Amino acid sequence: MINNLDIMLPEIFLSLSIFTILMAGVFIKKSFNIIFNFSSIIIITTIAIILSSSHNEIKIFSDSFTRDAFSNYFKVLILLSSLFVLNSSKNFIVENKLDKFEYPIIILLSILGMFFMVSANDLILFYLGLELQSLSLYILASIDRDNLRSTESGIKYFVLSALSSGLLLYGCSLLYGFTGSTNFDYISDQLTKENTGAVFAMVFILVGLAFKVSAVPFHMWTPDVYEGAPTSITSYFAVVPKVAGLALLIKFMFIPFSNILLEWQTIIIFISIASMILGAVAAMVQKNFKRLLAYSSIGHIGYALAGVATGAISGYQSAIVYISIYVVMNIGAFSCLYLLKKDGQYKENISDLSGISKKHPLLAISFLIILFSLAGVPPLGGFFAKFYVFVAVLEKEMYTLAIIGLLTTVMSAFYYLKIIKTIYFDDNIITFDTGKNKNAQASVFASCTILLTFFLYPSILNNLVISLFSN
Amino acid sequence: MNFPILSTLIFLPLISSFFIFLSKDKTNNYSSIYISLFSSIATFLLSLFLWYSLDVKTSEFQFVEEKSWINNFIKFKLGIDGISILFIVLTTFITPICIVSCINSIKTRVKEFLIAILILETFMIGVFCSLDLVIFYLFFEAGLIPMFLIIGVWGGPRRVYSAFKFFLFTLLGSVLMLVAIIMIYWLTGTTDITQIYEITIPKEYQNILWLAFLSSFAVKMPMWPVHTWLPDAHVEAPTAGSVILAAILLKMAGYGFLRFSIPMFPIASEFFTPLIFTLSIIAIIYTSLVALMQDDMKKLIAYSSVAHMGYVTLGIFTLTKQGIEGSIYQMISHGLISAALFLCVGVVYDRLHSRMISAYGGLVNYLPKYSFLFLVFALAALGLPGTSGFLGEFLVLTGTFQKSYLAAMLATFGVILGAAYMLWMTKRVIFGTVNNSDIKNLKDINKSEILMLATLAFFVIFFGFYPLPLMETFNVSVNSLIDNYQIALNGN
Repeated sequence: MINNLDIMLPEIFLSLSIFTILMAGVFIKKSFNIIFNFSSIIIITTIAIILSSSHNEIKIFSDSFTRDAFSNYFKVLILLSSLFVLNSSKNFIVENKLDKFEYPIIILLSILGMFFMVSANDLILFYLGLELQSLSLYILASIDRDNLRSTESGIKYFVLSALSSGLLLYGCSLLYGFTGSTNFDYISDQLTKENTGAVFAMVFILVGLAFKVSAVPFHMWTPDVYEGAPTSITSYFAVVPKVAGLALLIKFMFIPFSNILLEWQTIIIFISIASMILGAVAAMVQKNFKRLLAYSSIGHIGYALAGVATGAISGYQSAIVYISIYVVMNIGAFSCLYLLKKDGQYKENISDLSGISKKHPLLAISFLIILFSLAGVPPLGGFFAKFYVFVAVLEKEMYTLAIIGLLTTVMSAFYYLKIIKTIYFDDNIITFDTGKNKNAQASVFASCTILLTFFLYPSILNNLVISLFSN
Repeated sequence: MNFPILSTLIFLPLISSFFIFLSKDKTNNYSSIYISLFSSIATFLLSLFLWYSLDVKTSEFQFVEEKSWINNFIKFKLGIDGISILFIVLTTFITPICIVSCINSIKTRVKEFLIAILILETFMIGVFCSLDLVIFYLFFEAGLIPMFLIIGVWGGPRRVYSAFKFFLFTLLGSVLMLVAIIMIYWLTGTTDITQIYEITIPKEYQNILWLAFLSSFAVKMPMWPVHTWLPDAHVEAPTAGSVILAAILLKMAGYGFLRFSIPMFPIASEFFTPLIFTLSIIAIIYTSLVALMQDDMKKLIAYSSVAHMGYVTLGIFTLTKQGIEGSIYQMISHGLISAALFLCVGVVYDRLHSRMISAYGGLVNYLPKYSFLFLVFALAALGLPGTSGFLGEFLVLTGTFQKSYLAAMLATFGVILGAAYMLWMTKRVIFGTVNNSDIKNLKDINKSEILMLATLAFFVIFFGFYPLPLMETFNVSVNSLIDNYQIALNGN
């Protein structure tokens, strides 16, 4: 068993470093800055460890833990997005007095949970990872504990999330009961259409996972939590757990549930269509930018799920490409929010953006690129994300899904255009102090550059994702 | 030919817009204007060189460039033939004129305006060069972003409504085309149109795919009944925006019919000809009647554009040599004439800030040079023999007579209505009594305005008398288009 430890090196390194900086945080006074910088270093080191390890598929600990190209890709994506989310939000954290040393440590802990989620090949390990992640997220949602709305959103998230975890656990136990194992590969062999109890279990597990990626009809918590939590937390919520949740969903569809494709496909199609429509319709009337992004993220998850709904490898690949580009867009969008500061206050209403193109042309252009990309207008990155999904969907001749998806694209274009209208067509009201937040500027710049130049070499990401499924 | 001349042509405006972005001028915008003028004229000369070196004796695609883009899936493929070169030259010719016009008419954020125009030029040239469906879609859709901003930022009082309507209408039409493109990929295994031409798309799919393409082109064209965005967009857009919209963006749809709908779906094209005829005739008669009742000059010209585009669709779907040649001719000539008319409206709007016909009258007494040019364009728009407008309509009607007497008769009726609204507007604006005391103080057109309008007038008259350069360019390509169409029909 000791020989297998190097397979888990990223997890081991991450957990040991978390304990170390936790101790350091306790004993060093005013340690936020040190801990924060160390967390960044830990994240970068973990990325390096993962990249330097082999990507061949290996299963260890009685086949309960997998390391393969798939899990490594998602781990790197999770780490990279956390790195950008953390660093772009640093000024925000300090200025809003959230600079407790626990902050980066809890984020690292949730990353550790997600690592186990994407690597799990066993129901127990998967559930433990999920709970480690969820517990960290409960704390993060209410980290601004003196703020009524932050605590409210924390409680809301906790209650609903605990409920969904319960459903998930119930599903897991049913699955174990009807198949006789907690191992994914074994479940996959046992699971057939005739095994009604296991199909029943699959529904519960899907509900739990749909909650984690905030797909309709399990999305209720998203707008409130996004709006209530501090922006730095919201940006983390909008990006990282979504990636892990989708990875898990794909993994469940790909391994344990691969034999009951027709059964779960119907459910995913419904969830996907409902998410796309709700995301498009409900976002139209929003006035708060974070709330709008919450609905827009529901819509985007709908598109990614459309890729999953195909039940084909090309569909899973398109969903992975989608979520990767989604991450870039959302990091950009939230980093723009960190630049909307006026007299020490961060603005988050859409009306506050009125006419900023006159005073802040660069910020306005960044918004323009990110929003058009979110709307999926070519030649920006967001278009390719949608394009791959629809190519996969149409390959399976799911015309209804494709056409509804494209019509909701037009509907959602409306509210992105409304923001662009506020930025470009309306009169200027507020001049922001954008100059000082170099970190946020850097990540806005990185995000815009990726989205703008993606069309030059769209196959880089595609090839990478295709290689994940090569064995 | 190893030098990627088409890519250079496409990306030259984009690169120069980047330089404008970097340029710094605080008080005036001379450096931006000079960079954009220089680059757009260079693009124009490059496209002229392309026209000159294009072999018009063959219908093969020339200057073909092919690069792997998305692995095993889509190739970045460009190429031109006798039809597309004319649209490219039209684009590169209209753009410098727009840039000159904005010296007078755009007062705020000139730099951003020029950047938007040049980026738009890149996308427009890209549309006419692309030989791959996905690349075509990419350029076709991307043009929405700069145009949305041009209408929204520099437009008139109802600009927000118009910009949204423009964007959403076009996007809605286009997404169905995207579905069709992806379906074609799964049916044929390629999106390269030269390969799709070789493959016959199964009959049962043709109709539905054709309709999906129509949904996009009908909005862009615009055909009745989805034309309603056009008057709004034209009225609110700044002069240069209206010019580009009328002269080039509308032509993308006509070009799309010729390049995609007819060669790829010959059976469906035959099947839906009555539909197109009906819609075109309604567009010609109905929008001409609507144009007759307009008080707003820009709106009148916008409705007349819809009517003129009706002739184009009519001509294309006669699928006769005269009809298609007439449509192409009509598109080029409408590109020049409508651009000129919008510029004319822009000239007086800059001075009097009104587009209402009732605000003018008797301009000929105070602005003789302007009135002369205006009259030339108005007469060209109604299709007076000796102007380029006549030839297009004449050929289209000749083609239509071979297919349907009724359609041709009704379309001819539209010509009379066209004369009615144009002449009536000219009478009320240029001649008649002076309604407004401000008109007495108006200055006649200045040098840059004369330069723009006289150039356009020259070409309108030149191509009215001597159509050969255009005809020779697209003749062979049109012949092969019709031949392939007939072969495909008889083959089934």
